[in-house]
Amino acid sequence: MEQFKGSNGYIVSEDLARTVNVAIALEKPLLIKGEPGTGKTMLAHAISEALGKKLYIWNIKSTTKAQDGLYVYDAVQRLYDSQFGVAGVDDIARYIKLGKLGEAFTSEEQCILLIDEIDKADLEFPNDLLWELDQMEFYIHETRETIKAKHRPIVVITSNAEKELPDAFLRRCIFHYIAFPEAEEMGRIVKAHFPDLDGQLLRQALAAFYMTRELPDLQKKPSTSELLDWIRALVLGGIDPAALTGELPYPGVLLKKNEDLEKLKPQTNTAPWRR
Amino acid sequence: MLFLNFFYALRANGLKVSLQEWLELLQALSLGLAEPTLLGFYQLSRCVLVKSEADYDRFDQAFAATFESLEHTDPITQELLRYLEHTVEQQPYDKDEADRRTNLTPQQLFELLERRLQEQDDVHNGGTKWIGTGGTSPLGHSGYSLTGIRVAGEGQRNAAIQVATQRKFRDFREDATVGVRQYQMALRRLRQMSSRQDAAAQLELDLDGTIAKTSENAGRLELVMAPPRKNAIKLLLLFDSGGSMTPYAQMCAKLFQAASKANHFKDLQVYYFHNCPYHLLYKTPECVYSQSVETQRVLDRYAPEYKLILVGDASMALWEMRYYAGGRASRPGDLPGLMWLHKLVSRYSHSIWLNPIPERYWGVTKGRDSILRIQSEVSMYPLSLEGLERGLKSLIARR
Repeated sequence: MEQFKGSNGYIVSEDLARTVNVAIALEKPLLIKGEPGTGKTMLAHAISEALGKKLYIWNIKSTTKAQDGLYVYDAVQRLYDSQFGVAGVDDIARYIKLGKLGEAFTSEEQCILLIDEIDKADLEFPNDLLWELDQMEFYIHETRETIKAKHRPIVVITSNAEKELPDAFLRRCIFHYIAFPEAEEMGRIVKAHFPDLDGQLLRQALAAFYMTRELPDLQKKPSTSELLDWIRALVLGGIDPAALTGELPYPGVLLKKNEDLEKLKPQTNTAPWRR
Repeated sequence: MLFLNFFYALRANGLKVSLQEWLELLQALSLGLAEPTLLGFYQLSRCVLVKSEADYDRFDQAFAATFESLEHTDPITQELLRYLEHTVEQQPYDKDEADRRTNLTPQQLFELLERRLQEQDDVHNGGTKWIGTGGTSPLGHSGYSLTGIRVAGEGQRNAAIQVATQRKFRDFREDATVGVRQYQMALRRLRQMSSRQDAAAQLELDLDGTIAKTSENAGRLELVMAPPRKNAIKLLLLFDSGGSMTPYAQMCAKLFQAASKANHFKDLQVYYFHNCPYHLLYKTPECVYSQSVETQRVLDRYAPEYKLILVGDASMALWEMRYYAGGRASRPGDLPGLMWLHKLVSRYSHSIWLNPIPERYWGVTKGRDSILRIQSEVSMYPLSLEGLERGLKSLIARR
């Protein structure tokens, strides 16, 4: 059996790698939770790259219905076509468009299906997919046809914990929570993206980054992706590592909210009423 | 044995591990997904059995408690499970002989297990000595032995008394706590669809209209669009906070979370009060002056179409309601709490009071008089799932 061990651009903990392999071996959906920016979505890309399998991405929005992922029957187009006598109107199959789940099922080789941010959708949404994800098949009423997966796709589901997911759904998943990486692991992640980064700059940047995260009452803590952007900016700007001890350059890359940026300003010793 | 203990230790620690998940773990073990190390087994069992990071801690506790003694005998399960994979039928045996031979103390049993683990190198079923199935050895499963350690698999004999005293069905009793999700599901009942009058956003296909128009045109298709129907409910939620409400803080927090996560309301406004709404309402549960709004402003700002839900234990002294002009920031001439409550419920014709105290205690608690008085102003429901459902139903009923 193929084993997932992370890919070039994606550093994976032993724990997570094992979880991925368990999910693949047990043929269960893999549910990934974690703080924003811990690389939940990137994981699916990394699995796809490491195992050399095609990736289908189904982005969930608040209006997404389970049916959208299976298939859509374009009745309106068919009606219009029938008005003008377009050839092939009597063939319903021409007006059935498979969704992402449908595409993944009909794929000729085993593929990876990413259901991104499942908690964005309606509360009932995960329940509506139980059968399809269990049996890996669904029925198209219009053509009386059953679409069955030729090869069970590897299903990766991400959630930001905006909504609680139903128990029945959770029971069917393999679960992993991506904790925010410690400084040491973060160092390796940065190295994977910037192989020739100056060691001094890396240390200083990480120290400043974790200090920023520790600021009290941040509305949005900076995450891995913001750190990577920030380091890219530091490198492009040719910032001297020593400059990172005082006021931080490009703070807007790390912190996205005005209130948060205010907190970063160095505290002056003047009492507020004297300013 | 140890294995099954782990399952029950998890459940005892409040993890809702189902049999289905447990069987999956066994399947994963037989597929060799945990390298024969305790760490591998830890990671494997956690990702299969635990479904929320909030439960990781409980899992760790149960794991540590169960496997503490096992740290030194590391490469266990793999080989062992292979020995026990194929169950054979119980072989004929002499009960007296087996009883005599297998009457061991727990200490002796564990020593025996450790010795066998080192010696055994193949499958031995139906015998008297090795770890196997269907025999009369004290180690293994599906066999007979007076005392013994069941290694994986299931036992054949179960005394009825034992089963009864386990109280397995305890969890099905109705006093189980209500989770955020259940509140959310209940809040979904709070829907009132907007009318189809809004001409601005005609986004949905009106099927009936289309059929009618198309027939009028003698079969020539004409699509009719209509605005989508949206939930028009606006909600004003007032929580009692602090003091006697402290024991119910968790319950209220869950309701608050459920309400704020629900995205089907047109508008949701949350304020806090202390004991009874006085001339100030607060934006935070700490009820501090700097974060306050005048109740009159709230009344003015939100139109009567808002549905009002008050959450509180309604327990206070009657004089406090009638004469006390409330709050730590009272001024001479302010109205007493009861008047404010009256103003609120007369402006919002659809209003309910949710009380975290179970309904059967309303007549006997310390605050029974004030509960009675408030009930005469606004209908009160208990903050249980069933009470919430009843209350919400009355909120959308026509008056």
